[in-house]
Amino acid sequence: MSDYHEKTLAELSTLLQTGEVSSSALTEYFLSRIKQQDAELNSFITIAEDQAMAEAAEADERLKSGNTSALTGIPIAHKDIFCTRGIKTSCGSRMLDNFISPYDATVVNNFKQAGVITLGKTNMDEFAMGSSNETSFYGAVKNPWDTKRVPGGSSGGSAAAVAARLAPAATGTDTGGSIRQPAALCGITGLKPTYGRVSRYGMIAFASSLDQGGPMAQTAEDCALMLNAMAGFDEKDSTSIEKEVPDYTADLNHSVNGLRIGLPSQYFDEGLDDNVKAVIQTAIDQYRDMGAEIVDIELPNTSLSVPVYYVVAPAECSANLSRFDGVRYGYRCEDPKDLYDLYTRSRGEGFGAEVKRRIMVGTYALSAGYYDAYYLKAQQLRHLISDDFKKAFESVDVIMGPASPSTAFNIGEKAEDPISMYLSDIYTIAVNLAGVPGMSVPVGFVDGNPVGLQIIGNYFEESRLLNVAHQYQQQTDWHRQIPDSFK
Amino acid sequence: MSLDADDIKNIAKLARLKIDDADVADYATNLSNILDLVEQMNSVDTEGVVPMSHPLEVIQRLRDDAVTESNQRDDFQSVAPATQDGLYLVPKVIE
Amino acid sequence: MNYEAVIGLEIHVQLATKSKIFSGASTAYGAEPNTQACAVDVALPGVLPVLNKEAVHMATKFGLAIDAEVAHRSVFARKNYFYPDLPKGYQISQFELPIVGKGHIDIELEDGETKRIGVTRAHLEEDAGKSLHEDFAGMTGIDLNRAGTPLLEVVSEPDMRSAAEAVAYMKKLHSLVRYLEICDGNMQEGSFRCDANVSVRPRGQQEFGTRAEIKNINSFRFVERAINHEIERQIDLIEDGGEVVQETRLYDANKDETRSMRSKEEANDYRYFPDPDLLPVVIDDKYLDEVRGELPELPDQKKQRYMDEFDLSAYDAGVLTGSRELADYFETVAAKTGDAKLSANWVTGELAARLNKEEVEITDSKVSAEEYAGLISRIKDNTISGKIAKEVFDAMWNGEGSADEVIESKGLKQITDTGAIEAMVDEVIANNPEQFEQLKGGKDKLMGFFVGQVMKASKGKANPAQVNELMRKKLNS
Repeated sequence: MSDYHEKTLAELSTLLQTGEVSSSALTEYFLSRIKQQDAELNSFITIAEDQAMAEAAEADERLKSGNTSALTGIPIAHKDIFCTRGIKTSCGSRMLDNFISPYDATVVNNFKQAGVITLGKTNMDEFAMGSSNETSFYGAVKNPWDTKRVPGGSSGGSAAAVAARLAPAATGTDTGGSIRQPAALCGITGLKPTYGRVSRYGMIAFASSLDQGGPMAQTAEDCALMLNAMAGFDEKDSTSIEKEVPDYTADLNHSVNGLRIGLPSQYFDEGLDDNVKAVIQTAIDQYRDMGAEIVDIELPNTSLSVPVYYVVAPAECSANLSRFDGVRYGYRCEDPKDLYDLYTRSRGEGFGAEVKRRIMVGTYALSAGYYDAYYLKAQQLRHLISDDFKKAFESVDVIMGPASPSTAFNIGEKAEDPISMYLSDIYTIAVNLAGVPGMSVPVGFVDGNPVGLQIIGNYFEESRLLNVAHQYQQQTDWHRQIPDSFK
Repeated sequence: MSLDADDIKNIAKLARLKIDDADVADYATNLSNILDLVEQMNSVDTEGVVPMSHPLEVIQRLRDDAVTESNQRDDFQSVAPATQDGLYLVPKVIE
Repeated sequence: MNYEAVIGLEIHVQLATKSKIFSGASTAYGAEPNTQACAVDVALPGVLPVLNKEAVHMATKFGLAIDAEVAHRSVFARKNYFYPDLPKGYQISQFELPIVGKGHIDIELEDGETKRIGVTRAHLEEDAGKSLHEDFAGMTGIDLNRAGTPLLEVVSEPDMRSAAEAVAYMKKLHSLVRYLEICDGNMQEGSFRCDANVSVRPRGQQEFGTRAEIKNINSFRFVERAINHEIERQIDLIEDGGEVVQETRLYDANKDETRSMRSKEEANDYRYFPDPDLLPVVIDDKYLDEVRGELPELPDQKKQRYMDEFDLSAYDAGVLTGSRELADYFETVAAKTGDAKLSANWVTGELAARLNKEEVEITDSKVSAEEYAGLISRIKDNTISGKIAKEVFDAMWNGEGSADEVIESKGLKQITDTGAIEAMVDEVIANNPEQFEQLKGGKDKLMGFFVGQVMKASKGKANPAQVNELMRKKLNS
C-alpha cells in the first residue's frame, strides 16, 4: 500500500521527477481517496476525474521529455471560486449550479502551464461569504479532525481536503480570513499573499478590493512551491502588480535569529480562548528559543476592522453580484412573468440567505443619503487600520498572533447568529483591509482540535513569511499530523 | 440603526431580490444587528482622513487599443438560459 | 405671459477606438449579434476590466480643445441599476472625479454674435448593449456587441435659451469631435447621441423651472423639433394651470411628440461608488503637453485664419470650417487653384447647394476636391464663364468626366477670339439699331441688354469681360 497522501508536495515532486511514481498513478491515487473518503467530509463539489486523468497523461509525457516545473504532474484541488474551463464552477451557489465555465482563471491557467492536474473543485461558503462553510448550497463541510465541527470558511472545502490528505494541496481565496482561518481550524498551512500579487482574473469576485487567492498546503515549503506558480503580474487584472516574482523557496532556510516579532496586544485580549492563547504562546516561545526577538506592539484600530469590513465587503459584493441576473448564464426562475419577476425571483431563489443579507447591507450602505455615513466613513477608517500596520512594520519584521479566537466550533453553533460568526474573523480581517500578506501555520491542538498561528508580513514580504513558517516547521511536526480516520 | 419591514422591502427591491413575506422580519432583525455593529465606526473621528479604496497606492495601467478578442458567442451562449438567433432572450421590456 | 426656455445638453460621443473601453473586443458597427461581446462584455463571472489607453488619449484631446482642466487624477465609479442590456448590473462611468472638468464651447448665433456655452464636465464611460423589441415569441432580444464601447459624455451648463442655440451647440460639438478625430460623428449609427434637459420660466425670472429630460434625440433636425415641442408642451401646461413634473421623456420622431418614459420613472438610486476593479487614472503635465502638441487646428482658429489669410468673410469662413471634411475639401481646392476666394465662393455656393439638395455629405461628394479644383481653374483662366461652369458641374456630378473632358466633349470652351466676338457684337448692334442709339444717348442700362444678347448669340461661350470691352469700344468709336 502506497502512502502518497503522507507526502508533502515537495516530496511528491521528487518522486515524480525521479520517475518513482507517474502523475497518472498519483492522480488516480488521490481520486480514489476522494471517492472513498469525501462522503464523510463533503469537501468536494465536483470531481473532475476524466479531465484529471487526461491532464495526468499529458504531465507524464512532459515528465518524460524533461520539460517540467517543480509541480509538473502534481494533482491539486481548486476552490470552486476559480473558473475552470469545461468544469462546473459553482462558487458554492445554486445560482451557478449549472455554470460550466467557458474559460480558465489566470491562476488555473498558471497551474496548467506548470503541468499541475486539477482533481476537482472544493466546497466553499456561498460566494465566499461565511466563516464556517455552512452557507454552501452543497451543504456544510465537516472538519476532518472532528466531523461534528466546522472546517472554517470560506475555503473550508480546500482546508478539509488538504487536512484529510484527499489532495496534497489546494487553492483558496481570502477576503477576510478565508484562507487563514480554515487553515488554522483544519491544521494546515495557508498563505494570503499581498493584495495584487496573485491575479484575480477568473476568481469570482466577492469584494474586489479585499479578495486575494493563495495556496493551502501541508507545509510552508509547499506553499512556496504553489505560490511560485500562482503569483505574477496579469495584464487582465488592473489591480495586479507589475513586480517581479521571486523564487519563494529561495529564502526558506534563512535563520530567524534576530527576527523581530511584534505581538499586538489587541490580538491577545479577552476575546481569545485561553487554551488557544496558551498554544500560541508556546509557539512564540519556540521562536524566542530560535533566536527571535519578541516585541509588544499596538494595532489600535483592530476592533474597528470588523465594522469597517462589514461595510466595505457588502458594498462591493452588492455590485459584484448584480451580474447574476438570470439573463446570460446561471440560475433562471421558472416562467418569469416579466423582467422584474425574472430578476427578483432568479436572484431571490438563486442566492442563499447570507448572500442576500450581505447584498442588502451593501445596497443600503451605498444608497442615497447613507453613502457618507457608511461607505466613506469605512474607507477613512480603512486608512487608519492600514496605517497601524505601516507603523508597526517600522519596528518589527513580522507580526504574530492567533488566526482565530477559538478552535473549530460545532456545526450549527453560530449559523443562526451572523454577528457572532462575523466576530470570529476579528484577527484576520484587518490584514485584508490593509492588503498585507498573512499566513496561518499549525502550532498545536486544544482537545484534539488544531490551532493556527497567524504570521503577518509587510507588503510583498511573502518570502519572509514562508521562511519564518518553514523554520518553525523544521523544529516541529504539527504540520505532519493527519486526523486518525484519514491516515 | 433599526430597519423595519418596509425598509427591507425597499432595499430588496433596489437589489432585485425576492424576499418571502415570512422572512422579512428575520432580515429586518439581522440587518439591524449588522448595522448596529457597523455603527461602532462612529466612535472614531475621521475628520480629514483620506478615504482609502485600494490597499496599494498604484495607478491604473492602460491597455493598448488593439482588438485581441474573437467571436466566442457559441461558447458563451451554451450556458445561457434562453437565446435565439444569437440574442439573449428576456421577458418583453416595456419602455 | 412671455416665457424663456432654459436648455442644457448631455451629449454621448462614441469614441472612435478600435477596441472597447475595458476589453479587447472590436467596436466595429453592424456585426452579427453578440459576436463582438467577449467574456468581459458579457460579464462572465470573474472577469475584470482593463482601461483602453486610446480612450484616455481621446478624452484628453477633447478636454484640451475646449480649454478645460484635464484631471490629473480621475476615478471610475460603478453606477448601479438593473437592465438587461447592462450585463454587469452596473455601468462603469465617472462620477465625482471626471477626466475633463469645466470648459467651454463658443457658438455663433443667427445675428452673427458669438455666445459662450459652458461645459460642466466630460467623463468616460462604457456604453450598454441593445434591446431588440421585435417579437421573439413575446420576448426581448439582447445584443451586447455595443456593450463596453467607449463613450465621452459631455455635459453642458444650462446656458442655451432656444432650440436653435441648442442645435448650434450640438453642431459645433459635432464638428469639434470630428476635427479631433475622436468620433466618427455618425448619428444614424448612434455615434453621437443627445439628451436634452429642458425647462421654461417667465422671462426675467432668475430661478429655473422644473426640467424634463428628453432622451436619445439622434439628429440635428429632431433636436430642434423635440426641444421646440417640449418648450411648447411645458408652456401650455403652465398656462393651463398645470405643473411640469421632473421626468424622462422620449422623443418619437414619427409622431413628432415626446412622451413620458414610465420605465425610467421609478426613483433611481444609482449607488455610485469607486470601482474597486480599476485604479485612479493619473495624467501628468508631460502627457498633457504631448497631447496639446498633437491637437489639430480647431474650427475657431481655422475660421480666423481663413479670414486673415484668404480675406474671406466671417460668414464664408464659418461655413467652410463648419466641418473638418468641408474645410479639408476647401483647402485642397484652394491650393490647387491658387485662388482661395474664388474657391470659397464655389465651395460655399454651387457645391454646398448641391450637397444640400441631394442630402449628401461632403465626404460622399460625387465631385472630388481635385476634380472641383479642375473646374474652378477653368473659370479662373477664362476657359469658361461662371454660367457655363454650372453646366459643367452638373455634368461632372452626373459622372460625365472631368471638367476638361466635359468642356471638350460639349464644346463649351469660352470664345476668346476677339475677331469672332467682335463679329457677334457687330451683328447684335446691327439687329438693334434703335437701342444702340439710346445707349449712345446715355441710357447705360442698355449695356446689360447688349452684353446679354452677345452672350446669347455665343451660347454663353463668349468671354463676358471681352464682350464688355468690345461694346465700350463700339460706343466710343
